[in-house]
Amino acid sequence: MSVMLGLYAMWLREVKVYLREPSRVVSSVFMPLMWLIVFGKGLGSTISIENMSYDVFIYPGIIGMATLFGSLFFGVYIIWDKKVDFLKEVLVSPLSRTTIFLGKVLGGITDVLIQVTILLMLGPMLGVPMTPAKMAMAYVVVITLAVAIVSIGLIIGSVMESPEGFGLIVTFVAYPLFFLSGALFPIENLPFWLEPFIYIDPLTYGVDALRQIILGTGRFPLTISYSILLGLAALMVYIGTVAFDRMKAY
Amino acid sequence: MRDIRKVFNGGVTAVDKISFEIREGEVFGLLGPNGAGKTTTINILATLLKPTSGQASVNGFDCLKEPHRVRENIGIVFQDPSSDDLLTGRENLDLHGLMYGISKAERRKRIKSVLELVELSDRADDRVKYYSGGMWRRLELARGLLHKPKVLFLDEPTLGLDPQSREKVWQYIEGMVQNKELSILLTTHYMEEAERLCSRIAIVDSGKIIVEGAPKELIKGMGGDVVKLKTGDADLAALKSKDYILSVEESDGYLILTACDAKTTLPEILKLAGRVESVEMRSPTLNDVFLHYTGREIREGPAEGGFGKRMMTRAKRR
Repeated sequence: MSVMLGLYAMWLREVKVYLREPSRVVSSVFMPLMWLIVFGKGLGSTISIENMSYDVFIYPGIIGMATLFGSLFFGVYIIWDKKVDFLKEVLVSPLSRTTIFLGKVLGGITDVLIQVTILLMLGPMLGVPMTPAKMAMAYVVVITLAVAIVSIGLIIGSVMESPEGFGLIVTFVAYPLFFLSGALFPIENLPFWLEPFIYIDPLTYGVDALRQIILGTGRFPLTISYSILLGLAALMVYIGTVAFDRMKAY
Repeated sequence: MRDIRKVFNGGVTAVDKISFEIREGEVFGLLGPNGAGKTTTINILATLLKPTSGQASVNGFDCLKEPHRVRENIGIVFQDPSSDDLLTGRENLDLHGLMYGISKAERRKRIKSVLELVELSDRADDRVKYYSGGMWRRLELARGLLHKPKVLFLDEPTLGLDPQSREKVWQYIEGMVQNKELSILLTTHYMEEAERLCSRIAIVDSGKIIVEGAPKELIKGMGGDVVKLKTGDADLAALKSKDYILSVEESDGYLILTACDAKTTLPEILKLAGRVESVEMRSPTLNDVFLHYTGREIREGPAEGGFGKRMMTRAKRR
């Protein structure tokens, strides 16, 4: 029982803090929107992929991107917690490190879901055919992907000391993941030597699964890509609990 | 705790075989200058740091073997603020209650009572960001008490506070121990704080306990009055040979003597003290005790960064 209260406490705090700063919500939705509208519509006027307009093609990719960036950068808040000593207050409480980690993951997922919901609501306006079933399946994929990537962000955050260092490393990780994932163009057209990197990029499977669900087209069967995401999420949660166990209070 | 040692990476020994015991319902003080190892000691007892060697337990639970049980039994007020400043005071307390598994009805009741204790009821729904340093400290005192710990750690509870806020915090601490259900371990480098609040103190310097006892006893143990002289050419040998002179220390260009019955022996002391520029005679304080045992005075300057610096970090947050 007290574990549930603890999880709730960790989650509640993240959500309250997130919603208390509207700038955080606005800025996190702003970037995907820029891509979708400026890039999608701008380029879309000249190209189409697989018989659909470009902005429709990248729509699932942009949802994947919002999930990636929102999830990964969430890890910075564990560093802020260290800086302002809130982390010590949490670490001297009876909560186990696993509870603390899982509560943070839940908080991170909630942040991401708020952003993704806004993007999903905009789908029909952009001419993407959406149904309640598609929405539900898209949420499942986004949540699984978010569990994996929020965990990665928190693992990086648990070993870093400064938000600046975290920003550098995460930017270095995030952009290759984004560009290689096929979010913006079909990956078939990339040079062959990049192929291994495409296959180890978890976002590839997230974007492909979303594209299968929303547009009915993709490279891998949905069961395969979703299984990979699920496996990755489980692995990252495990590593995350270990990383939090080892995290120093100082 | 027994024989606790902590050596940090890089070979700095912060705590060197410290042993002490706190009795139920007492306020025990660790008094010493900055860097003496007081905070490290608290962090070991609060399970935030593992000692290099030695054994520590709180309320019968071993800090290394049962850290979980220890954490259930302790409350702590850190030297630096550790509330979430985007949340209100009440929200911070509620979060704390959740983390300790306290039910909703009970949380509401206890939050109301601790807020009243530290006189923050009317500001409870303001964001902590807008609190002054004193209010912040009072909120964290309230938070430390919320889950009814058996032992409360206070790390420099009045560091960086103005005199009025300090007086308030002292009053709250005195109020807390009146019902005797709580033991407090506090660290401080303020003499008057240790003298006023603590039933027993341990003077710490360079990671070691120099002397331990009740403040009054330690002062009485000095055995005489303090005579502080500013002089250049005192006859030190002659002074030391007198049997009413208990000790002679030099500090900051002053000659500090402990003398029996200084009211009557002062004229004789002055004769031996050469050309005296100024003289001061008073009853001894803890500062003199510290000086007597360490040969140095505790500097009461601002601590290393501490509260103020942290407040600046906060301003830049997010």
